[in-house]
Amino acid sequence: MTDFTHSPAANAAAPSAAPQRNWSQLALRWLLFALLGAFALFYLMPLFVMVTTSLKSLDEIRTGSLISLPRDVTFDAWRTAWSSTCTGVQCEGLRPYFWNSVLMTVPAVLLATMLGAMNGYVIAQWRFKGANLIFSLMLFGCFIPFQVVLLPMARMLGIMGLAGSIPGLIVVHVIYGIGFTTLFFRNYYVTIPAELTKAAKVDGAGFFRIFWSIFLPLSLPIVVVTVIWQFTNIWNDFLFGVSFSQAGTQPVTVALNNIVNSTTGVKEYNVDMAAAIIAALPTLLVYVVAGKYFIRGLTAGSVKG
Amino acid sequence: MTEWLERHMPKMVLAPSFVAILIFVYGFIFWTAWVSFTRSKLLPKYEIKGLIQYERLFASPRWDTAMDNLFIFGVLFIVISMVLGLLLAILLDQKIRAEGALRTIYLYPMALSMIVTGTAWKWIMNPGLGIEATVRGWGFENFAFDWVVNPDRAIYAVVIAAVWQASGFVMALFLAGLRGVDEEIIKAAQVDGIPTWRIYSAIIIPSMAPIFLSAFIVLAHLAIKSFDLVIALTGGGPGYATDLPATYMYAMAFSRGDIGQAASSAMVMMGVVFAIVVPYLYSELRAKHD
Repeated sequence: MTDFTHSPAANAAAPSAAPQRNWSQLALRWLLFALLGAFALFYLMPLFVMVTTSLKSLDEIRTGSLISLPRDVTFDAWRTAWSSTCTGVQCEGLRPYFWNSVLMTVPAVLLATMLGAMNGYVIAQWRFKGANLIFSLMLFGCFIPFQVVLLPMARMLGIMGLAGSIPGLIVVHVIYGIGFTTLFFRNYYVTIPAELTKAAKVDGAGFFRIFWSIFLPLSLPIVVVTVIWQFTNIWNDFLFGVSFSQAGTQPVTVALNNIVNSTTGVKEYNVDMAAAIIAALPTLLVYVVAGKYFIRGLTAGSVKG
Repeated sequence: MTEWLERHMPKMVLAPSFVAILIFVYGFIFWTAWVSFTRSKLLPKYEIKGLIQYERLFASPRWDTAMDNLFIFGVLFIVISMVLGLLLAILLDQKIRAEGALRTIYLYPMALSMIVTGTAWKWIMNPGLGIEATVRGWGFENFAFDWVVNPDRAIYAVVIAAVWQASGFVMALFLAGLRGVDEEIIKAAQVDGIPTWRIYSAIIIPSMAPIFLSAFIVLAHLAIKSFDLVIALTGGGPGYATDLPATYMYAMAFSRGDIGQAASSAMVMMGVVFAIVVPYLYSELRAKHD
């Protein structure tokens, strides 16, 4: 109820406004809350259904309703999803693929972020002839639909001896991540006055020294934004994962899809849902803990070129 | 020597990334373009044969379906996400106490993998046990919601899931835009007694034109690249009913062994993306130089 007093219209209106007007204000305010609440339900419903379904037994799923709470909470589906459900021929659950994703994502994020930081530093602070063209070419690369590089990339990974391997996927993610990470750092470093670099140069500091002792200490926010952006993208990637992996090296998204869309045996919806939540947990966790930076990455990655 | 090194260090640091982009982006686009003019089938051939792959592509009913679907999906996805995003942003902009929490709720789907989104909605919209069965259980025996398995409706099921995932993001863009509008102008309008809806429709929304453009670019880009969501939700089916260019390309490249078709369809996709993105990037870069 106290929210009502925050209404800008209510504040603006004279205290002696007609009571009629207040009633319509109040009704509008309630309508507003009803709408906001209804939308919140819409966005939360799938998550709610996933969690409750994953805690039910198959019998209860078949006889009960989609939106009912589980009568007997059981974690069997979670155990199965983690360690024994079948992704095609193998039946080791999601666990090995989860670790594949970790092994792929962590190095790829770190490498792409480091390269992006150095590139952004050069483009923003050490302008040379052609630097702008290089930046435009990199930026342009962010927008290509990856379908256009899938075929030659598959051949190239074969030539490099990395076909179907996790290092191969790391290479792919780093290369196609550089554009965005460079963009993030460049846009951040461009706001740091060039006089700072000039003064440091006069004092005899070199290229790496300036980066190390001036720019890096200022970079924490943009590093966080970039790492989160890269982590979310690479962890959630499916196209590269499904194109360039083979049995045993698949990332978790590919394994999840194999579990859900396998046509053999009884459909275990509770296991599907538990597996989906497991695959989503790392990025959800990052979002809950560092949502502010996540949003900043989203808007930086899309709004400004 | 060290002086030379110091002078050229910036270029040397940038060089590996630049070379990588040249090869892996531009070289690869060139390769795909080249192969799209050949008779490549299971293995690439490099002898140019003209437009034969494009002729095959445009004669293919499956590609036709994919392009139709892209159009239906793209238009609905972009329009609904924008309208919903703007509406949510305006609602949230009314000095709501729980704004932070609501924003978090509206936006969290964007942190999920499309495969997760597809899996969840496939289950929810599953006619046997999902929404349909639930509503029937409430006594509405004739209620039907079989979009995921109905060839004429399946693409709309994909729209629902995609809107659910991306509309919160559009909301965040618009909300940032609303907060950027000059407070003084709004206050002046309020003092003049202009009703709130007029303030929005005549002052605030027109001033957010650049954000509409950004949101459109991002959503169009997402729509053209849509692949994982369709794979997880419908697998491109029933039949080819929800095929999109991206799934067509993937099927040709990795299950049909038709490299020529894969390459030409990828080139068409890139053409569509560039038709949308290039004017935008061009105007952005030019605006910066002025």
